[in-house]
Amino acid sequence: MVKRSLFVLTAALIAAVAITLYVVLYLTHVPDSARAAQTSAGTELYLATVPASEDSDPHPSWVSYYQTNIHDTNWQHKTTYILPANTLVHVTVYQYDGDSGLRNPFISQATGTVGGTFTLDGKTVQAIDPDTASHVFAVPQLGLSVPLQGVDDNAKNQCGNAPCTLSQAHQTITFTFRTGAKGLYRWQCFVPCAAGYIDGFGGPMQTVGYMDGFLKVV
Amino acid sequence: MQTDQTNHFRRLAWIWFIATAILTPIVIFVLGPGLPPGNGTVQAAGQVTDNIVLMALSVPVAMAVLVTLAYEIWAFRERDLDGPVLEGPAITGNSSIQMWWLIITTSLVLFLAGFGSVRLLEDGSGGGQGPSPLVNPAGSKKALQVQVIAQQWEFTYRYPGYGGIETPNLVIPANTMVEFHVTSLDVVHSFWAYQLGVKADANPGIDNIAYVKTKAPMSFEVHCAELCGVWHGYMFDAGRVVSKADFATWIAKAQKTYGPAAKSLPPYSKTYFPSPVGRGG
Amino acid sequence: MTATANAPAPHAQRRGVLGFNLLTAVILGVAGYWIAYALGGLIHGASIDSFDDTGQNDVQILLGYAGGVVGFLVGLGFANYPIKRTLGHPPNIPTHEVDEPGIGKYFRMTTDHKVISMQYFIGIGIFFFVGGLNAMLIRTELLSPTTHVFGANQYLTLVGMHGSMMMGMMTSGMLGPFANYLVPLLIGSRRMAFPRIEALTFWMLMAAGCVLVSTIFFGGFQTGWTGYEPLGAQGTAGYDAYLGFFALVSISMCLLGLNLAATIVTMRAPGMTWSRLPVFVWSVLATCVLMVLAAPMLTATLLMGVMDRTMYSGFFVPGLGGSAFLWENLFWVFGHPEVYVLAIPGFGIVLELLPVFARKPLWGYRLSVAGMMGVALFSFFVWQHHLFVSGIDADLRPFYMLSTEIISLPTGFTFLCVMGTLWRGRIRLTVPMLFCLAWAFNFLFGGISGVFNSDVPSDVTTHGSFFVMAHFHYTIMGGLIFSLFAAIYYWGPKMTGYKFSERLGKIHFWTMFISFNSTFGPLFAVGFLGMPRRVITYPMNLKALNDWVSISAFCLGLSLLFFLWILVKAVVFDREPAEQNPWHSKSIEWQLPTPIPAYDFAQIPTFSGDPYPYGEIAGGAAAGGSEPATVGAS
Repeated sequence: MVKRSLFVLTAALIAAVAITLYVVLYLTHVPDSARAAQTSAGTELYLATVPASEDSDPHPSWVSYYQTNIHDTNWQHKTTYILPANTLVHVTVYQYDGDSGLRNPFISQATGTVGGTFTLDGKTVQAIDPDTASHVFAVPQLGLSVPLQGVDDNAKNQCGNAPCTLSQAHQTITFTFRTGAKGLYRWQCFVPCAAGYIDGFGGPMQTVGYMDGFLKVV
Repeated sequence: MQTDQTNHFRRLAWIWFIATAILTPIVIFVLGPGLPPGNGTVQAAGQVTDNIVLMALSVPVAMAVLVTLAYEIWAFRERDLDGPVLEGPAITGNSSIQMWWLIITTSLVLFLAGFGSVRLLEDGSGGGQGPSPLVNPAGSKKALQVQVIAQQWEFTYRYPGYGGIETPNLVIPANTMVEFHVTSLDVVHSFWAYQLGVKADANPGIDNIAYVKTKAPMSFEVHCAELCGVWHGYMFDAGRVVSKADFATWIAKAQKTYGPAAKSLPPYSKTYFPSPVGRGG
Repeated sequence: MTATANAPAPHAQRRGVLGFNLLTAVILGVAGYWIAYALGGLIHGASIDSFDDTGQNDVQILLGYAGGVVGFLVGLGFANYPIKRTLGHPPNIPTHEVDEPGIGKYFRMTTDHKVISMQYFIGIGIFFFVGGLNAMLIRTELLSPTTHVFGANQYLTLVGMHGSMMMGMMTSGMLGPFANYLVPLLIGSRRMAFPRIEALTFWMLMAAGCVLVSTIFFGGFQTGWTGYEPLGAQGTAGYDAYLGFFALVSISMCLLGLNLAATIVTMRAPGMTWSRLPVFVWSVLATCVLMVLAAPMLTATLLMGVMDRTMYSGFFVPGLGGSAFLWENLFWVFGHPEVYVLAIPGFGIVLELLPVFARKPLWGYRLSVAGMMGVALFSFFVWQHHLFVSGIDADLRPFYMLSTEIISLPTGFTFLCVMGTLWRGRIRLTVPMLFCLAWAFNFLFGGISGVFNSDVPSDVTTHGSFFVMAHFHYTIMGGLIFSLFAAIYYWGPKMTGYKFSERLGKIHFWTMFISFNSTFGPLFAVGFLGMPRRVITYPMNLKALNDWVSISAFCLGLSLLFFLWILVKAVVFDREPAEQNPWHSKSIEWQLPTPIPAYDFAQIPTFSGDPYPYGEIAGGAAAGGSEPATVGAS
């Protein structure tokens, strides 16, 4: 009887450990989150988009968004951004990636930003040439969509893997939008930027933590 | 074997009749009007009719089985499981019951198939019918054309009759026949406007046509109903049916807002073929 | 009890830890994976340069799976016989199965159909448990209308794994344990037609299950169990696991079907005419027709999917000249018969058990056989009802509406036979009987809701919604799983040799029956209210219903865990020997000693008379002639 109980107990224990491992393997794989900076200018979010993640990433060949700071130092691979509710958020994106072109050119115009425009390297614009789009920062639930123009293919000193520096070829895009009520909002990219995948929409485009993420409005 | 003189069959028939007579009106008149997808459009109302008919017909069928099973369990249950095992009568079949069962179920099935086909052929029922529709309901020649473009992961809408502008939201006029052309730029999606009673898969390279005749102004939801990737659960938006005057105002404003962007769009086409191979950055 | 005494002495064979067994198989499987993976790394042609960008080489991973499976099967000893024969050695098939004490035999390739069926029972049970756990995790996520526990990728992977596990592994859920065990016994054969293939189907299925679970190491797959293209072609390497899993399952299914059909056709004992074949064997035969004809379609479809991913063949990618409809059609040509692969054995179990517990002959034997065969044949002509709004040419829609509704006729035969068999019987409400009756209740709602899906106008709203999901859970969970439990409680004592607690069994039945209906019943409403399937978010107004469903689902999970306890208690702790024939069945397997000796019958039995000789004719004489002639043989 003791032997039998021990056997069952061991089997149950092994099963429990295996199952816990299985569940934990899932639960732990949640992309990191970062809080937007509070400065004298208000709530500011600094992002960077790169052609490939850092070498130590599980997917070093995948494009990704990063969170950074105004000087574009202190790079962090984070795609969930914590923002205050009903507040204007000033977003700056340092865009290091080349162009891919949009599948639907409609998305080449900005919507949902304050004034319906954004700045591209200091110039205020409403839309870009759809073929030059490299990425899009879009929050469909807020109606927010901003196209990010790609770095010219012939530009010198292009960045490869993250992290990049401001001395490398890049575009700076800024825009302001108002966060809505508290809640979880997803954001995504609309440019088929996942190189090598059919339609450019596999891998990083289908994996939260690269070209997809959340705005956690608190 | 004790002889059981009760006429179980007649008793059962009465119970079935009473249960059906009570439940069928309840289903038709109480549950029926609440059945989906509501009375928003002609096609949606048609689906409600179908749902009511199917519900009403399933009551006698379900009652026939449930009442019989319940009656059998109640009447023929062995109460003393510890006693000797007593055998039931050795009945191996009854050809007239089998024949009647076959006749009744076959007529039901043929009726349902005929009914469904007639209903489908009447107005297309709001379903996607592919590029050459089987059903072109009355008024479809002059229908308002709206293209639904699905892509991972949002719907946009194009109005070929209004300069080919593309808008992020769907607005359609009331009391109008609308012809949806549903297509996709990447994988398979499904355009499901629940309150309109419209569902049509969006396939890359395919023009999937669905008709709907709107009624009064209302708002409706649009969901993607085919698993299309990581944000499938977030692929929804809201649309509106507005009066014809409001629609004219809205479309004029939309032409002003989205007109410039329409210049960079490809010319209106039933399908689009963006390159399948992403260039990457 | 001289069955074993008559058998020749066991062939003395030293079977150590390092022989051909599960341990060796796992070691060789892992080795095979890495060897093939390394070789695959060399295949890196210019035409598939995208592997550099994506950071994944599908050729490597798929070859790795193939190598792993081959290594696993070699480790179990499946290559021994072909190699020996190729080298000119004489065949060394054991002519007699011999009893082998201990549990070692369950971890090896074996040719005893009873051992294989126990392996199936445990093996599939484990994967059923994993699939059920996935369902629990899905319901945990759906407790809230927004994302709260899992990421969107993980959620969809859970959905896909749950579906694949249940639709793939459970195709053999009934046939694996019960057809392998019972078909030879019921037709009076001592083995299956191809015993080694019988073992192969089991071990391939286990390999398939491991391949599917491995998807979590490759990023999962976002397509659900239907794997629609071109979404699949976009997938990360996790989708390769899906392709590999279903490819293995389809091969296993096809072989299992061929083997069972060959056994039923060729190995029946004297007197076992077609009209004396027990109805469960008929249901297995009907299922075999489906498996043999439908499964190769899936193998071919998956092969095309593999070519799309490894060679850019573009069968399913519209931009490359392919068609998304091609996958949908090919998949459902297999997929619709496949759901009847799950359902029909359930019909057979219920009709087989009812006469025993109603103490009457089976009512309408020919009608029930016609019903099952009819379902099997019609199921090949209905697949486009999955594509009613898909945008393929609409001209055939009325036809598919008709054919789909016609399939309810043969299904109706089964219901008539159930009601007829119970009529004026002496119904003994034992645990297996309760599960059979619950089958009738659940399947009725599954069938009626199916009519809504078959009616095109109604399907426009219900297609792709939770209504469909509730519908097929009523038919598969309510049909297959309830009849499976009927079979477990009925034959379990015979198969394990131990008695199961009737009292605990009843608790299990009632908790499961109530929580099942409480889980899936409200989902009809959820679907009607407009919630699409496989979503991670839903409108706030559906929260109450979804929470109700989730809590019921957890109760259902607990009820299944309770069953696990009943099983462990009976087999490990109580170990109360089962009676030879506790149900007073007149079927042949119950006339054999418990547990059944390795060689089944001392003498091949001769059959005569009705397969269901229950009940008494008004005069008082027993109906249907004599009992099977084997009774005295042991």
